[in-house]
Amino acid sequence: MKLRANLAIGGGLTLLSLFVGVFGPWLAHTDPIMDANLMNAELPPSGEFWFGTDQQGRDIFSRVMYGAQISLTVGIGSQLINTAIGTTLGVTAGYWGGWWDDFVNGLTNLMLAIPSLIFALAIMAILGPGLTSLMIALGLTNWSYTCRISRAQALAIKSQGYVQAARVLGYGDMRIMFTQILPNTLGPIIVIATLGMGGSILAEAALSFLGLGVRPPSPSWGSMLSDARETITTAPWLSLFPGLAIFLTVLGLNLLGDGLRDVLDPQSRSRR
Amino acid sequence: MVDQALLSIEDLAVHFPIGGGLFSKPQMLRAVDGVTLSIKPGESLGLVGESGCGKSTLALSVLGLVDATRGRVMLDGKAVGSEADRLEVARTVQMVFQDPYASLNPRQTVRRTLADPLRLHGVTNGGEVADRVAEMLRQVGLRPDQADLYPHEFSGGQRQRIGIARALILKPKLVICDEPVSALDVSIRAQIINLLLELQAEMGLSYLMISHDLGVVEHMSDRVAVMYLGRIVETGGWREIFEQPRHPYTRALIAAIPDPLTRGLAREKARGEIPSPLNPPPGCTFNPRCPHATDHCRSAPPVLSPVEEGHLVSCWRAEEFAKVPA
Amino acid sequence: MSASQPLLQVEDLHIALSTDAGSFPAVEGVSFEIARGETVGLVGESGCGKSITALSIMGLLKPPLGLAGGRIRLTGQEIQNLPAAELRSLRGKRIAMIFQEPMTALNPLKPVGRQIAEMFVLHQGASWREAEQKAVEALTQVKVPAPGRRAKDYPHQLSGGMRQRVMIAIALACEPDLLIADEPTTALDVTVQAEIVDLMKELCAARGTAILMISHDLGLVTDICRRVCVMYAGRIVEQQDSEQIFNHPQHPYTQGLVASLPRLGMRAQHGRRKLMEIAGVVPGITAYPGGCRFNPRCSRATEICVKVVPELEALGDGSLVRCHHHG
Repeated sequence: MKLRANLAIGGGLTLLSLFVGVFGPWLAHTDPIMDANLMNAELPPSGEFWFGTDQQGRDIFSRVMYGAQISLTVGIGSQLINTAIGTTLGVTAGYWGGWWDDFVNGLTNLMLAIPSLIFALAIMAILGPGLTSLMIALGLTNWSYTCRISRAQALAIKSQGYVQAARVLGYGDMRIMFTQILPNTLGPIIVIATLGMGGSILAEAALSFLGLGVRPPSPSWGSMLSDARETITTAPWLSLFPGLAIFLTVLGLNLLGDGLRDVLDPQSRSRR
Repeated sequence: MVDQALLSIEDLAVHFPIGGGLFSKPQMLRAVDGVTLSIKPGESLGLVGESGCGKSTLALSVLGLVDATRGRVMLDGKAVGSEADRLEVARTVQMVFQDPYASLNPRQTVRRTLADPLRLHGVTNGGEVADRVAEMLRQVGLRPDQADLYPHEFSGGQRQRIGIARALILKPKLVICDEPVSALDVSIRAQIINLLLELQAEMGLSYLMISHDLGVVEHMSDRVAVMYLGRIVETGGWREIFEQPRHPYTRALIAAIPDPLTRGLAREKARGEIPSPLNPPPGCTFNPRCPHATDHCRSAPPVLSPVEEGHLVSCWRAEEFAKVPA
Repeated sequence: MSASQPLLQVEDLHIALSTDAGSFPAVEGVSFEIARGETVGLVGESGCGKSITALSIMGLLKPPLGLAGGRIRLTGQEIQNLPAAELRSLRGKRIAMIFQEPMTALNPLKPVGRQIAEMFVLHQGASWREAEQKAVEALTQVKVPAPGRRAKDYPHQLSGGMRQRVMIAIALACEPDLLIADEPTTALDVTVQAEIVDLMKELCAARGTAILMISHDLGLVTDICRRVCVMYAGRIVEQQDSEQIFNHPQHPYTQGLVASLPRLGMRAQHGRRKLMEIAGVVPGITAYPGGCRFNPRCSRATEICVKVVPELEALGDGSLVRCHHHG
């Protein structure tokens, strides 16, 4: 099999982000919140401060390292919620059909009709700012694609012989959905979740930028961008490095998603 | 009680509403329309018919997966239907599917495919499960050490063996074989046919053999039923059906076989296409395609009636065809 | 020579399958001839190379498959290296093809009458009005009931049998010299299949169209064709008269096939006998054995079969067989 470039690059970038997310606190030079020192405010990148410092003299490199944790937590957490909601609704709708299918379809169309960021804003307004409510808000608003795809997959798979065979063997509906349908829908769902994670990280950045996400002293990439907007002409490194971190992570996740699609797509796999 | 049928189907009808919306009434698809059949323990019944004849729906209602609109299905003395114990039905009747590629879950090993049903049906002892899986694999001509492979690692014929193993792992009494060899390579078919016959003798199975291949049906069946548009048009022992076919449709099926060996058996082919079961023709449903149809055939539906002991035909002119070579 | 010149000559045809792991012989040294008006069958199991042999005659091989040698002559003219434009005018006009699943070969967005008419416009320069009339005539010839009305139908409105009739009408529209039929009735019900086969036989006989019939069904091929070539794993292993092949098959593979079929009437004649099995499985293209490719499954195989590829040997009666131990 040929080495797929997007899988390799995407996988590499994603591994790097995950590494930073997990080991960020050890990689950081200083404490990202406490080590404020106005004497060092807005210093450009140097040997001591690799990415420069912000308005309060905090080391941006350390803050980007810590921020990875928050961004990835939001990305993974919200996608777990999305995938759980989307596959549950999609698989049951496709498998059972009937009024439940009509209902789920209507709900999916409704979700697709409302811009998800606006919807997330509304939920945040109810739940209040913070990491958990951010995850919930993004997790409740982006499941429609997962739902669509898993419904289509379930529809196609339920007429396959092995599902018939399971029914003949006396399997109940739940058992059929868990053992026969779900495992065979996972390929495209993993792809969507990977791509969606990039979207969630961007959405986290946008919401934090608007002040609705993670509360100020905590360093999320989005809130760092938000803080840096006034100094973008005088001290561009304040926005450059968190921006670059978002860019590389999202790029990595998208390439990984594309690469996984190539690998997991049953049509690109040989049958025998 | 000695001669009790394992499966008895009495005047079974299965109708499905098709289409229909807020303002239009749905059409009735009479998939199965008054079928009476029985299978004795150890017997195999060949069910012959073309697309739309209702043989698949008939199979589903025997399996208890489709409810009867009229009539009933009795399996081992108990009624099959939505009220029946599904697990008990599953232990009595199983199915072998046509396509060995689509009928195995690509993400399950052979072991899981065979062991899961056992556990579901109460065999919880790990050692016993493993033993039964190994023994089953041996019986269908596979090696027990192949149990941990995935379906894509097998050839078409081997996959069909796995499909047969799955059908037999619960030790059912009746096995429905739905075109069990037609998706296989020609040189592999004999292996599967021989295997099915060996297993039948070994385990005392009854078969409901659904096929359009009359050669396979003749080879494997004790009795044969010919189905056309939801009804049985002729039924009898394999010898009567294939040596003295009475119904023009049975004769047309035989005449359609492009084999030099059968050229003498029947010559009259059917005309035109199979009508939609949504809109079957009045009278005898075969009349538009029948070379012998009269006005009577076009207006009144014939009933399945005996022409000889155990040989039933649904044709107004069956008596006339008794001596005439087909 | 011109009087007895065959319509189609396939000589030492090689088709290669290129993969990342290298090049594999999908078809190797296939040669046969078809005279004008003759009917020849290619029989074999899936993957034996029969369909790609047909595609190569049409010039329709697509990567990863490619012609790797040999000549294909149509009335003496080599056609395997013709430029695309010339091949296109050959297809439909002199060689036509029908496929197993007509639904995939018909355009779902055009009425079938229009699709037949296209052939007359494209290859005969007819006007659309004239062509549409001829299309209705063509539908009449393939015995479609109410052809004037059916011509306006779209493919999805027709049954499988009707679609295949439309395909035959399209294929025979320009009175080609050769009709290649690749499993034309496999997707149809048996009684409908019998009608379509009769129709093909009748129309081609009336027009003197030669047929190259491709199928896995030995019975069907012998019903239509005068001569049968049996293919196994990319090679022709036997060529016989249709009359002979069931009664006197020469190659162990053909013998195995004939003996393994449960044929209707056998049980009445001989009682239920265990069917003869051909051991093993059909080898994949990438794993063809050396020597005679049937040797791992053959009961007669000896050392020579493993080492030496048998030649296609002419027997006295005009049949050919590729086996060291034939008979």
